[in-house]
Amino acid sequence: MKNRENTKGRVQLILARTVAYIILIFLAVVCLFSFYMLIINSTRSNAQLQAGFTVVPRENFFVNLRNAWTDASINIPRGMLNSFFIAACSAVLTTYFSALTAYGIHAYRFKMRKFAFYFIMAVMMIPPQVSAVGFIQLVNKFHLTDNYLPLILPSIAAPVVFFYMKQYLESVLPMEMVEAARVDGSGEFRTFNTIVLPIMKPALAVQMIFSFVSSWNNYFIPALILNKPEMKTVPIMIAQLRAADYSKFDMGKVYMFILLAILPVMVVYIILSKSIIKGVTAGSVKG
Amino acid sequence: MNERIKKPKRLGVSYAKWGYLFILPFFITYIVCTLTPQIMTIYNSFFENYRRGLSQVGPNFVGLENYVKLFTPDKTGSIDILKYFGNTMILWVLGAVPQIVVALLLAVFFTSYRLNLKGQQFFKTVIYMPNLIMASAFSMLFFTLFNIAGPVNQILKASGMIQESIDFLSLKVPVRLLISLMNFLMWFGNTTILLMAGIQGIDQNMFEAAEIDGANSLQVFFRVTLPLLSPILVYTVITAMIGGLQMFDVPQILTNGKGTPDRASMTMVMYLNNYLGGSKNYGMAGAVSVVLFVISSVLSLFVYNSLSRQYKDAPRKRDRV
Repeated sequence: MKNRENTKGRVQLILARTVAYIILIFLAVVCLFSFYMLIINSTRSNAQLQAGFTVVPRENFFVNLRNAWTDASINIPRGMLNSFFIAACSAVLTTYFSALTAYGIHAYRFKMRKFAFYFIMAVMMIPPQVSAVGFIQLVNKFHLTDNYLPLILPSIAAPVVFFYMKQYLESVLPMEMVEAARVDGSGEFRTFNTIVLPIMKPALAVQMIFSFVSSWNNYFIPALILNKPEMKTVPIMIAQLRAADYSKFDMGKVYMFILLAILPVMVVYIILSKSIIKGVTAGSVKG
Repeated sequence: MNERIKKPKRLGVSYAKWGYLFILPFFITYIVCTLTPQIMTIYNSFFENYRRGLSQVGPNFVGLENYVKLFTPDKTGSIDILKYFGNTMILWVLGAVPQIVVALLLAVFFTSYRLNLKGQQFFKTVIYMPNLIMASAFSMLFFTLFNIAGPVNQILKASGMIQESIDFLSLKVPVRLLISLMNFLMWFGNTTILLMAGIQGIDQNMFEAAEIDGANSLQVFFRVTLPLLSPILVYTVITAMIGGLQMFDVPQILTNGKGTPDRASMTMVMYLNNYLGGSKNYGMAGAVSVVLFVISSVLSLFVYNSLSRQYKDAPRKRDRV
């Protein structure tokens, strides 16, 4: 009797496991399929693309790459450089100042401390689009169109990153270390830079990646601020590609543009996926 | 806690000014780059202020006229902003419902010690990846794939499933489904990982006790996991809703900013963008922004509550200076 129940349980378990694997493999295929088609199609010439889809890559990858890289109307290397510059600056500012703000609220007792904390939490979920009208007017008023400052400077105040850093500090920073540094005569600012920041390295790295990616992918505000061709970022160029007369395009080149737009983030993700996925949860609500 | 606050300050040195100094850059930036623009946006919504051809109209104070205009039916009797809000919600629900259901299922799979699935890291890496992909490029990719001359049509024709190419992007249902599919793909991995953390945060004894009492996996899920997970589930749904309200990149690129066909895929932020970018109608754009602001503020309140509750409940492990 007991034995039969055991067998029944084992059969059920194997069944459940099989179902779970089938669902997971199906979802993985769905996730990867469009990227697979993208990579295959970026290796094929326009004529080959018109002829129909094939599952194996062809030999035109470098031809497409050269055509896309040297395109006259969409200057993708310039766009990637621009995007990289903005994203790198934003990532550094966001992480540094979020950590600084989090440490300020975490380590010191001052009158406005509670207010500051709850204020940041209250505005955390307000979407950035709802203040876009005033932001664009300010940018116009200070003649900052076609300038990267309005895309970089606002990242100093990133409530979500602040919250992540605050959570992190709460779990890792022993205040005894800060006090020891004080006894040794270290100034407060120096203590933050030389003792607190190194302790926060894992959190800084994760947030650096996330803010880089979100800045690299950002489309709404940059499209309203950047007009000059040589100032445009990658997402604006993608939109330009979409708006262009489609039928005249070399499709191999179009696929190559898309691939170039997502490739840097994809490469970084594949190398660092483990720590990125771990970082997703660390700053969120814990139920 | 309180005792510590009352304790005399060490060596009579007050560090309070450092606290202010450290949070100053954040607040200056926030006030300049977000709070002031926010107030200006609300202020603008009471003014007539737009470009007509080469001439500039306004700014003239018009009171609530922009809001009245926003909610006045057009010739066909439909109210644009309600239509676009409806579109946004339909697109969101079509993506978010499968997103939450699939994420719950996967989170249970990944955390089940009975199933003990292999290759978890691989699956997590794959399902999370679309979240980091540039939304506009992802949308452009779907546009090329599902275009009338694109590979999806080629495959369907070659396999004999259809005779004539289908122009998916000119049909209301396929366009909405494609947008929702993209949103689903971009967010279900993220939701899975958040819910996994939630399930891992539940006391393991609960599951063991339920199993000893003879509960099967379905009963464990509905009677133990789901109720204990509900706070984080509510948080996830509401943050997803706030995210859905901001839906822009994917439909904007897929439909080239037109919300085709027949404005069925025009979202709230696309509507805002049309006023902002095209006609530079800051008055109407302001009014749309205020509507968006009110909706997202109400939703934010729930998030704020759940976050501050967590913060208050959290045990304070370390002392502060």
